[in-house]
Amino acid sequence: MQQFNCHFCGPRDQSEFTYLREVAPVPALDAGIAPWQRFVYERDNPCGAHAEWWHHNHGCRQVLEIVRHTQTHAVLEIRPARKPGTVA
Amino acid sequence: MSGRDSQRLPSGGRVVREQPLDFRFDGQPYQGLAGDTLASALLANGVKLVGRSFKYHRRRGIYSAGPEEPNALVQLHRGARTEPNTRATMVELVAGMQAQSQNRWPSLAFDWRAINQKFSALMPSGFYYKTFMWPPRFWMFYERQIRKAAGLGLSPLEADPDRYAFEFAHCDVLVAGSGASGLSAALAAARSGARVVLADERAELGGSLLWEHKQIGGQTSAQWAAQAIAELASLGNVRLLPRSTVFGVYDHNLIAIAERVTDHLADPPPGLPRQRLIHLRARRVVMATGSIERPLVFGDNDKPGVMLASAIRTYVNQYAVLPGRRVAIFTNNDDAYRSAFDARRAGADEVSVIDSRASVDGELVARLRSAGIAHHLDACVAAVHGKAVESVDVVRRDGTRIARLACDLLGSSGGWSPTVHLYSQAGGKLRFDDAIAAFVPKQIAAAIDAAGAANGEFSLAGALAQGHAAGAEAARSAPGAGRAIAAAVPACEPEAAARVGPMWQAPRQASRGKRFVDIQDDVTVEDIELAHRENFRSVEHLKRYTTLGMGTDQGKTSNVNGLSIMAELRGEPIPTVGTTTFRPPYTPVALGLFAGAETGKHQTPVRRTAVHAWHLQRGATMATVGQWMRPKVYQRNGESFDAAWQRESLAVRNGVGLVDVGTLGKIDLQGPDAAAFLQRVYCNNFANLAVGRLRYGLMLREDGIVMDDGTVARLAEQHFLVTTTTANAAKVLTHFEWLLQVAWPELKCHAVSVTEQFAQFALAGPKSRDVLARLLPQCDVSDAALPHLGTLQTTLDGEVLTVYRMSYSGERAYEIAIGADCGESLWTHLLECGEALGITPYGTEAMGVLRIEKGHVAGGELDGRVTAADLGLGKLVRKSGGFVGAALAQRSALVDPNRPVLVGLVPVDAQVLIRAGSQLIGTDVVVRPGEVVTKQGFVSSATPSALLGHSIALAFLDNGATRHGEELVAASPLSGESTRVRVVPPVFVDPDSARLKG
Repeated sequence: MQQFNCHFCGPRDQSEFTYLREVAPVPALDAGIAPWQRFVYERDNPCGAHAEWWHHNHGCRQVLEIVRHTQTHAVLEIRPARKPGTVA
Repeated sequence: MSGRDSQRLPSGGRVVREQPLDFRFDGQPYQGLAGDTLASALLANGVKLVGRSFKYHRRRGIYSAGPEEPNALVQLHRGARTEPNTRATMVELVAGMQAQSQNRWPSLAFDWRAINQKFSALMPSGFYYKTFMWPPRFWMFYERQIRKAAGLGLSPLEADPDRYAFEFAHCDVLVAGSGASGLSAALAAARSGARVVLADERAELGGSLLWEHKQIGGQTSAQWAAQAIAELASLGNVRLLPRSTVFGVYDHNLIAIAERVTDHLADPPPGLPRQRLIHLRARRVVMATGSIERPLVFGDNDKPGVMLASAIRTYVNQYAVLPGRRVAIFTNNDDAYRSAFDARRAGADEVSVIDSRASVDGELVARLRSAGIAHHLDACVAAVHGKAVESVDVVRRDGTRIARLACDLLGSSGGWSPTVHLYSQAGGKLRFDDAIAAFVPKQIAAAIDAAGAANGEFSLAGALAQGHAAGAEAARSAPGAGRAIAAAVPACEPEAAARVGPMWQAPRQASRGKRFVDIQDDVTVEDIELAHRENFRSVEHLKRYTTLGMGTDQGKTSNVNGLSIMAELRGEPIPTVGTTTFRPPYTPVALGLFAGAETGKHQTPVRRTAVHAWHLQRGATMATVGQWMRPKVYQRNGESFDAAWQRESLAVRNGVGLVDVGTLGKIDLQGPDAAAFLQRVYCNNFANLAVGRLRYGLMLREDGIVMDDGTVARLAEQHFLVTTTTANAAKVLTHFEWLLQVAWPELKCHAVSVTEQFAQFALAGPKSRDVLARLLPQCDVSDAALPHLGTLQTTLDGEVLTVYRMSYSGERAYEIAIGADCGESLWTHLLECGEALGITPYGTEAMGVLRIEKGHVAGGELDGRVTAADLGLGKLVRKSGGFVGAALAQRSALVDPNRPVLVGLVPVDAQVLIRAGSQLIGTDVVVRPGEVVTKQGFVSSATPSALLGHSIALAFLDNGATRHGEELVAASPLSGESTRVRVVPPVFVDPDSARLKG
């Protein structure tokens, strides 16, 4: 079981979190089929660092951006997904 | 001991002679001593034959003295507590214990399936695959027979009566294994101030210090261990865990430990669990797990009386049992000589050493001579005679005969393999060390260090030093640790390296009988050769083709021999051939341990609405909907289930009914941008939703498929109450949170679940307004003041109460919400208000019927494959876009006019039922068994309608909107039913919504 050091709650077991998806720019709602197609279906699937959105749904219910190594599961970076400067 | 040939030594060992324990094996009474394992007690009683082998049903005895045991697997206890395949070498003897041998019938001494040995030539590896292929339809028969013959022990047929506990724990340093290196590591880490857990799978801490005849700092190794354990036990920062197997290392140093809490107690105190699963987060792990001796491969090396050389001295020194009087040791290394010396010291009548190497150290030869031990160099065991060992043929490596040696105990040693399981599970890589002919850790894994024998360091002084260094290093990263500690490690007698002369199998030309590599799975050298010939040459293929290492012992004594023989066959070095992957658990773990306390009603949480007690009191039949408990129907005395829901549904159509809808998901949405947010998450228009009004909402996924539906009420300018279906409540909230935090962080809006904060009931039926008026006499509930899709907020006895006028049944209806604490009193109050009007509580059965009659969609329709247009809701969708799913909903396949769309079905013969799940086919299609028929659609929901007097159904039909009036067949291949149906619009009741609006 992986352990994530939640920005808001501290170190917590993976079982408190739900994996959402790979981090990628969210297309504008009127961006058309092609960008949404890429966003919804296409994955880089790298061997190495991978930026992911995880939802701390059994904790603070905040979405975290976690950079994990897909081979070793090492957590390389962890931060709130909400960008600084935006409203809480 | 009742006149039996006792092999117990008159003195010595760690057994408690004042505490005899009676036990039974295969019904026979025996006596052992406290401190015995079942294996040592059986050996003390002269029991040699303890089981039959997996495939050939050969006679098998006790082979080891530890967790690696491949042979002595016994069925423990009887009844619900019976446990198959327990290793007799690891089972602590308990007074009154009952054990049975396995895999034999009618008895252990005479087993009719032993006939398999005679036909073994017909049963090579893979023979199932080759033999039972044809004819294919016979496989069902073959499988039954194979299953009958397969397996060893029997699983219990009753529920496990024992309790299992679970614990989260944390520490700075976990030391796995409590031998020389483990104790040394624990001392170093503990003295420096780190929080230390020391776990060992054995009953007694100390590892091989308890049974090796060695000296540390002028005391015996066992004395030194006792002193070290006493010091550790006195420290507040150390937790000692004997009987605790570290069986798995998982991500980020999560260590799984199985602690056997009461298995060793004849009469466990009440309240204690049988076993405990500990999830330990350890900053660092010191793997001091020791090593496992490898046997040598020679003819009939599986007979009772053959065992690992180290097991002999373990039984002699720890359990005071000499398992044979005439002992032979077959070895390729110096280490096994210890067993010869210890057996001699214990009083064995004759001891010989058969060494495959051409020469050994002169001093060793002198010690053998003075101990009176016979010595054969450049020699091998070629054959073993007797049902149990009676004598062995000793030959030169070139096959020339030396002697026939009478013996009743044969130890074999091919060197030692470090127990690297935990390191390998953690992702650590191994390298092959030629000096010891074994795989050792490369020592690059992040948070796990190996020390001592587990690291390939077999000398006592080296193990102590490595343990100390690893313990000190592991403690360095611990907060609060770092107290200076003395580096001194106690002095030990010098030991020469074991000098393994690599040899895996005795020369073939000299061998007679079956040469077993994996004794538990009956895999022989011939099987490996066959795998090689048939090109299953990678170790992973070898394993699966021959089942090498796939038994309950996971090849602890066989894997290295097996892959070495494959390496010889391939003509490649061992490291090139590599090892198979080590996976948890290290040794078998009881399934109950993983279930823990989460069994029966504790398996999953139960969610109850505010009116749960009332439902039960009224005798409602409850249904489980996810975790929720909901009433299905309220049957009256003598009323059938069907009559009950029919009565309930008609009451709603003709009078008034009340249903508990508290399970619906409710999300409170507030903020200046809440309206803008709703406009983006729903595909229908919310821009013009006035305060005090509510609206049906349809939500799409990003891929354009319908995600959920519900309602949105605007309670104030910046305050909305969103409802979701019961099933999708959590999913929708997560969707909202992701959008608000990640996609559109600029929106000032906050979403929070209030599902459990409110009780909510639907008051439905033509007379519902009258009940509402009686409930809220101070309010104007006329259609002008509270029209369809209007809301009303008031207070009732000081509690805020909200009325949402909306309908799921199609009748005039009001959903009434109040704080959950007041739910039951509001419910009973509503029933009082409606009593004179014949108010009828109804359950989910009637609710389901009512919504199908009205053509409202639910789970059967919202199946993750439909678009808004498929549901007939295409006209709700905003053409201008600007909502989630707008882009991908435009994909050509999702706007194809021939897509299956929602239609209604009625049976042509009103007496016939339509079955949900039926496939729709043309009336001209003739269905023949085994033929594939193209379906035109399927039935998503169906019910008999008490109101209409016939069955009705909702279905998806290709291009269905244009096919109303057409006749089709609803075929249910599962039930063999076939119903002629007519396609109709999907609304059976009140298509103009006249009743709805009143």
